[in-house]
Amino acid sequence: MRIVIAEDSVLLRDGLTRMLTDGGFEVVEAVPDAGQLLRAVAEHRPALAVIDVRMPPTHTDEGIKAALVIRRQFPEVALLVLSQYVEESYATDLLSEATSSVGYLLKDRVAHVRDFLDAVRRVAGGGTALDPEVVAQLLVRRRDDPMERLTPREQQVLKLMAEGKSNAGIMSALKVSPSAVEKYVTNIFLKLDLPAASTDHRRVLAVLKYLGS
Amino acid sequence: MTWRAIKNALAGLLAGLAGGILLGVLVAVWGAAILSLVQGPGGWQHGAIYVTVSVLVFVLVPWVVQGLAMLQRSRIRATLGTEIPAPARTSGPASWLVGPWLAAATWRQLGYHVLAVVTGIGGAVLAVLFPVWPWLARQMTRTDERLARALLGPGSREALALRVESLARSRADLVDAADAERRRIERDLHDGAQQRLVSLAMNLGMTRERFEGESEPVRQAIAAAHDEAVLALTELRQFIRGLHPAVLSDRGLVAALSGLAARAPLPVRLQVDVPRPASAAVEAVAYFIVSEALANVAKHAQATQAEVAVTRTGHTLRIAVTDDGRGGAAFGRSDGVDGTGLRGLAQRAAAVDGTLKIDSPRGGPTVITAELPCES
Repeated sequence: MRIVIAEDSVLLRDGLTRMLTDGGFEVVEAVPDAGQLLRAVAEHRPALAVIDVRMPPTHTDEGIKAALVIRRQFPEVALLVLSQYVEESYATDLLSEATSSVGYLLKDRVAHVRDFLDAVRRVAGGGTALDPEVVAQLLVRRRDDPMERLTPREQQVLKLMAEGKSNAGIMSALKVSPSAVEKYVTNIFLKLDLPAASTDHRRVLAVLKYLGS
Repeated sequence: MTWRAIKNALAGLLAGLAGGILLGVLVAVWGAAILSLVQGPGGWQHGAIYVTVSVLVFVLVPWVVQGLAMLQRSRIRATLGTEIPAPARTSGPASWLVGPWLAAATWRQLGYHVLAVVTGIGGAVLAVLFPVWPWLARQMTRTDERLARALLGPGSREALALRVESLARSRADLVDAADAERRRIERDLHDGAQQRLVSLAMNLGMTRERFEGESEPVRQAIAAAHDEAVLALTELRQFIRGLHPAVLSDRGLVAALSGLAARAPLPVRLQVDVPRPASAAVEAVAYFIVSEALANVAKHAQATQAEVAVTRTGHTLRIAVTDDGRGGAAFGRSDGVDGTGLRGLAQRAAAVDGTLKIDSPRGGPTVITAELPCES
């Protein structure tokens, strides 16, 4: 799988390249700023772009802006945004345009190699990988809406769904039985007034509703 | 030289005064005699006396003038060693009577005797005061300065106003500088230590994966190092965020506050109505007030929820943090030993001319209100 990396720190650029290469990915180019990222994506059409939020020249949110441009121009490129800080307002910007094949993780998560590589695969495969911190922030934001109808446990399950976890993943994360997870998921669909459709589609809708727009 | 000058000054005083008095008496007597003659003398004997006195004085004065001049010349010679030649004597038939009055030298000498009184007294006073000259000079300078300040510069009220203005300006500069410095440190840490630590944690993470087949002690050592690095990274991240949240400069107060509310360990309702942003320094203070207040709520209040309201009306940014906890919050000691940090918040608010109030009856609820003036 072909990947483009945009990260202004040489140290991390090399580290990420090494880790992703070791993990079986092909890093076609690693660039230090948003301008070169857009050029590299147009040139290589990678399956996924790993993007640092804070890059030259302004060192603010270039990464988010570049990610949104890529999503508009090359919707088939999956986006994994990394940031030293998780900010709800960055996440909202990103997720308002992209709700699939998108990830937003704290940079710290690269320390947990296996989890990080899982997240890369999940995002590249069309899923989402939202940092638990992002999810927590979004959850607080949406306290006044239908989400309030959910029990804390159901909110937890929805949170894990938003992070991109499957039923099996939720099961192991919460240490509950498969039938319990099924029940929670069904309740969530019911409480959020989601139309009967294939479970996968409803999952996406639930997460979408959860993220709001 | 100085002693000679003092000696000369004192001698000048004596000679000057003596000359002055002598001439003064003569002139007074003469004047009185002339006046009496003009007003009409009572009887011829009186008239004769007046005429005699008038003539006598008329003749005497030039003599006295010349005699005094001689005395003064010898004084100068004695004290200063300067030889001044005597002017030529007048000659001719009536030289002893009218001659001296016609000589320019006599009038010059008379002038000198009059001046000698003034220079004598002045010189003597200065000479006597010689030991306290430095003090005198200082006093004079001080008085001069005071006078100049009082009369030439602004009045005390205006001066106070200027001082307040300059203090306010310098304090605002200081607050801005501190804010800029925090931002700079945040940036430096972000670009330096933080990246390095992420890289280290990532390398240790990769090492941990790679050496999974190794013996238990090796795996344990690597795992411990990895965990430690991750922990350090988390702490550094929180520290840097506490220093200055990047999102505050990038996206403003609302974005920064919603992040804060979201991170709080209890549900926080956030209401922000700030149509126009305040200055960076004021927004930073507002942010830290909310941050610290929420941290306090989480730590001490035993609250189930909190509300943050930030509104701007005119030139005032008002921040209210309310919780439904047990109340009883107070400012505590200035060194923050008893731990609430609320005093620090009050100081921070005061640094931008703001106020901070706590309303926290036992049993709650607690409301912390801050009002910060913002000009722009």
